[in-house]
Amino acid sequence: MSVYQRPIHLLWWLERRAYVLFVLRELSSVFVAWFVVFLLLLVNAISDGAASYQRFVDWSGQWWVVAINVIAMVFVLLHVVTWFGLAPRAMAIKVRGRRVPARQVVAAHYLAWLVLSAVVAWLVLR
Amino acid sequence: MATETTLEITLEVARYRPGVDTEPTLQSYQVPLREHWAILDGLTYVKDHLDGTLSFRWSCRMGICGSCGMTVNGEPQLSCATFLTDYAPGPIRVEPLRNFPVVRDLVVDIDDFMTKLPKVTPWLVREVQSPVEDGEYLQTPEELDEYQQYSMCINCMLCYSACPVYSLEPDFLGPAAIALAQRYNLDSRDEGADERRDVLSSPEGIWACTFVGECSAVCPKGVDPAGAIQRYKLTAATESIKELLMPRSRSRR
Repeated sequence: MSVYQRPIHLLWWLERRAYVLFVLRELSSVFVAWFVVFLLLLVNAISDGAASYQRFVDWSGQWWVVAINVIAMVFVLLHVVTWFGLAPRAMAIKVRGRRVPARQVVAAHYLAWLVLSAVVAWLVLR
Repeated sequence: MATETTLEITLEVARYRPGVDTEPTLQSYQVPLREHWAILDGLTYVKDHLDGTLSFRWSCRMGICGSCGMTVNGEPQLSCATFLTDYAPGPIRVEPLRNFPVVRDLVVDIDDFMTKLPKVTPWLVREVQSPVEDGEYLQTPEELDEYQQYSMCINCMLCYSACPVYSLEPDFLGPAAIALAQRYNLDSRDEGADERRDVLSSPEGIWACTFVGECSAVCPKGVDPAGAIQRYKLTAATESIKELLMPRSRSRR
């Protein structure tokens, strides 16, 4: 039997808005990895002493590093927002026999994010 | 209703004749634009009055059998539940479901799904079957509520059609099969979760899913296969950790 198999286009992900958002979310992982590398470089620079730290700060201040970090932040925010939005679908939490509403699960994620950020800010700025 | 019969809408239908055509071509038909007509009624009109060679699948005409899934203006839809007037003034492009080989015109080959489905043991598994005289396996409304949503699946294949993972990795078990596995895993009468685990936790199972979420968006019955898959990812991960920490105990779910 001869059947027709539709070929997969290179730009298949432009077909639907949801696909575009999905591909952007997948792509955001690269920027999450970049932030990890950036953080490790910072820690390494600090451990090497004041001069090394100053070099790192100067390097970080260059326009293209700032540009990369701004783009990375946008993608990381996209990553966080989309994942938090999807969390209630995976988490069927029950309290006293009733399923916790999706909004509360999302809210709990944002709250945890806020608390963790506050703890980190306190550690860094104190 | 003279005005109703005079209005018409154009259906651009994908035609593919195996052995003759190398790829589908669009053929236009003018069909009456009637308020209560679904795409399927339009196609039936074409078949009965304009072109008897047009092939498409249908059965119940009321969103229960899952036979008439098609791509309507690029979206996977049940053609019996998608109305002509919603697309007026048209034209409406009707194509076969994506991600499946096209057998002829709007008919696709779903053998791949039919092969995968039994792999997840989509039936009640009991370690010991109680005799019929003992009566039914009882269940509370709360227990029914746990899996009822997933039992609404009608195997219409719209979720497979919308899933880019299935299109890129044809070995992927797919949204409906996994949702149906969860339908039984979450059933209080079932004892087959362990049996399903190896298939579901394989690379072709839940872990192939990257949570695009379109399977749930297009599902005409509100099954939420994407949610089912993510829930099982959590279950599988928890089970693996438990097994690592307590190798001797293998719990049911």
